[in-house]
Amino acid sequence: MSTYTRKDFNVLAEQHYELRPVKRGYNMRTLYVNVGTRTIAEKPVSETMKAKFVGGKGFGLKLLWDGTRPTTKWNDPENEIVIAMGPICGNTNYPGSGKSLVVSISPLTDIPIDSNVGGFFGPFLKFSGFDALELQGKAEKETIVFIDGNEGTIQLLEAPADLPTDTHVLAELLTHAFAHDEKDLQNVSVVSSGRGAEVSPLGLLNFSLYDKRRQGVRVKQAGRGGIGHVFRDKKLKALVVRYAGVHQDSNGAANPAEVQRIGLKLHREIVVNDDRQCKMRRQGTAHLMEVMNDYDLLPTKNHRYGQDPKGPEIASWVWEKLLSQHLPDGCWYGCTLACAHAVDHFELQTGPYKGQKVCVDGPEYETAAGVGSNLYVYDPHGILELNFYCDTYGIDTISFGTTTSFLMECWELGIINAEFTGGIDLSWGNWKGAAQILHDMVERKPFGVLAGKGVKFLSQYFVSELGADPQLMKDIALHGKGLEQSQYISKESLAQQGGYYLTNKGPQHDEAWLIFMDMVNNHLPTFEKKAEALHYFPMFRTWFGLQGLCKLPWNDIEPADNHKYAEPNKVPEHVQNYCDLYTAITGEPLTPEGLILQSERVYNFQRLFNIRRGYGHRKDDYPPYRAVGPVLPDEYFARQERYDKQIREKIGLDPSTMTVEEKLKVIREYRMKQYESLVDAVFARRGWTMDGCPTPEHLRKIGMDVPEAIETAEARIAGRI
Amino acid sequence: MIKYLKTDDSKCVGCMTCTAVCSTLYFKEDNPAKSAIQVQDKGRGEFHLVACDQECRKCVQECPTQAITVAKTGVVMINKNLCVGCLACVAVCPIGAMRFFPGHRYPFKCIACGACAKECPKDALSIAEKEETAESRAWAEVIAAVAQPKE
Ligand code: SF4
Ligand code: SF4
Repeated sequence: MSTYTRKDFNVLAEQHYELRPVKRGYNMRTLYVNVGTRTIAEKPVSETMKAKFVGGKGFGLKLLWDGTRPTTKWNDPENEIVIAMGPICGNTNYPGSGKSLVVSISPLTDIPIDSNVGGFFGPFLKFSGFDALELQGKAEKETIVFIDGNEGTIQLLEAPADLPTDTHVLAELLTHAFAHDEKDLQNVSVVSSGRGAEVSPLGLLNFSLYDKRRQGVRVKQAGRGGIGHVFRDKKLKALVVRYAGVHQDSNGAANPAEVQRIGLKLHREIVVNDDRQCKMRRQGTAHLMEVMNDYDLLPTKNHRYGQDPKGPEIASWVWEKLLSQHLPDGCWYGCTLACAHAVDHFELQTGPYKGQKVCVDGPEYETAAGVGSNLYVYDPHGILELNFYCDTYGIDTISFGTTTSFLMECWELGIINAEFTGGIDLSWGNWKGAAQILHDMVERKPFGVLAGKGVKFLSQYFVSELGADPQLMKDIALHGKGLEQSQYISKESLAQQGGYYLTNKGPQHDEAWLIFMDMVNNHLPTFEKKAEALHYFPMFRTWFGLQGLCKLPWNDIEPADNHKYAEPNKVPEHVQNYCDLYTAITGEPLTPEGLILQSERVYNFQRLFNIRRGYGHRKDDYPPYRAVGPVLPDEYFARQERYDKQIREKIGLDPSTMTVEEKLKVIREYRMKQYESLVDAVFARRGWTMDGCPTPEHLRKIGMDVPEAIETAEARIAGRI
Repeated sequence: MIKYLKTDDSKCVGCMTCTAVCSTLYFKEDNPAKSAIQVQDKGRGEFHLVACDQECRKCVQECPTQAITVAKTGVVMINKNLCVGCLACVAVCPIGAMRFFPGHRYPFKCIACGACAKECPKDALSIAEKEETAESRAWAEVIAAVAQPKE
């Protein structure tokens, strides 16, 4: 492989900026780059922006709102990709503090998407002097944005014509090209995508970190919603940041000793408890595999089932053996929860890199479920290979998994065949077929390109082009608003159906994960309780995105006495940690209620962003029926006892006198009615109209009273948008 | 071989000479909270001496930036230029020998310099050597297993 040096990158534009230390978690300026007009500019952060939008996703959405029009399409030059960090981001003491939040108008949903990602890019960008990076325009030539946070320069560079695009090669080459020497490698981070993202709206961004022990580049993914597709559409080849000199107080905390105290407390809790709790340090999120399979929650065959006897073949102990052990695999310094594991020296069996030994980042739970059980793939090698190729081609494993499982179901139902797929066999369990979709995608073969368009597109295409049954296609295409659902079975938890589909961006589990509270522990028996949970948890979890935090150290590790608290699901001690940490860094007091208020403002702003673009109606918040109940007779038979019982006890009919078709029908009516009642309760709790619009009074009450928010709400309520 | 500070609790009388020597040498003040050697009062005239045994090397394994390395002498050392102050090393140290002082950017630990041993009036402290063990070598094996083969 040829290597590159700085000389190989033609300078298209350059600008110097004044270096200033971070103060109390903020730089109070953001960086604007237009790759089309080659403009580079600093923008000040106003006190209002800080007060109302806090940082991270809040800043991202605000900048995206201001930079686009209601009609801006994902591939218009004015669509933006904003990467923003938040005040807590970058501190090295509290585990989980290195996240960047990426927002853009999504090619899948036509509304804002936000994605939370690790890697060193965000913290380095912040210490280089910016609270956010706003990318706009479309480049004429393949462009690299380079920020040197030690020299105070920003450059737009032309990528050499022969520079590869796939991440595992590109990020490695760029890290070496931009580091001053061997020792400097760890000070460089790259954001890149891959060849798959050029053709597919499932495209993602990879954020790198240099792993000194492995002597190689690792990547974490801003996976959801197709931001990589926007990136490549802008002819952005990569973003590179270089920053040397991270130290304990790079964040300029108001009280650095307090940051240490809170961080060390959690480090100790992790060191003592993790082995007895989630085993994140050994297994990462893959620790969930057998738990989900046991509770009938592990997506199997396009979410038809939640369990399979083969489940244990991809259980956590299988991964623990494959993942390299005893490494500090945090995605940012100081994360002792260290879930960012990898399989080393993995030999690929397919595709352009066949025979090469690579490091596979993951698999995380969502990947192991998405391209594993959901495709009926129980071969860990297959899962790892799909994981690797998705990453390097820049494809989201969650969306790819949900899309491919849909295709496999369509194959089984006889809707598509080998002639249609260009010879790919899409029988359940054939991971090589799934891998071939990816390889055909990057080679731009017709079926590869088509398959890359995602579930919503495909389900409509099969109706119009292949005459598939429209209702069936609607039922089994697992997406909301155009975004593929992530990998939990939500059928038996009404609250989780809301957790998935009453979201701003689409069915991603990062807003609310209520299955255990609701289904297993029955803590949410009434609509009011469910609605309260669907208020509190989405708001609480939004806060991670405002701050540049990871959700996992909140409840994938718990204090030993957590169960003694009144509301253990909230992990009250950790909530207090977050308030204290925020105060220690910013110097501003914060209560748990104030924390929710910060989030609520931004959450409502994001809803209004959807509304501004013509979405955000009640009708946009419905799940496909597969996420709610059994679609096909065999799904019914697989859990006959459960469904019969429901017909008898909840619906008041006698299942023994009914055909399966009748039973499916009454169950469906009952469950969809329940969902309607849930929507009513949640909208009311959130201060929204029954069509899902935040009322101006509510906006004023929570302090999201910026003119554009109030005007948008008024316009929707008056029927103007 | 591993060089380390050997402690003998039975000889210690709790005079705190060692902590004064250590903290004055490295922090220019006599403050037991800033001493790498710690004297714990167990009551009834008994004391427990705590200093890094240089052997378990859990901190070496844990440090995200590889700021903690093992010197040729076997002593575990912190490179302040690489340390990001996360305190993960403090949390994983099983005996509390990796120390930090609130508000200081870097942790600190005993590097077996022997200054305290020279001054201890009761010979409770001495510099000694011991063999490497499976535990002391574990950190290097982890790295050898994952490092990319050199081209
Ligand atoms: S828990 Fe995992 S994802 Fe979260 S910050 Fe730590 S290493 Fe990263
Ligand atoms: S505090 Fe410094 S020496 Fe200790 S683990 Fe963190 S970076 Fe390494």
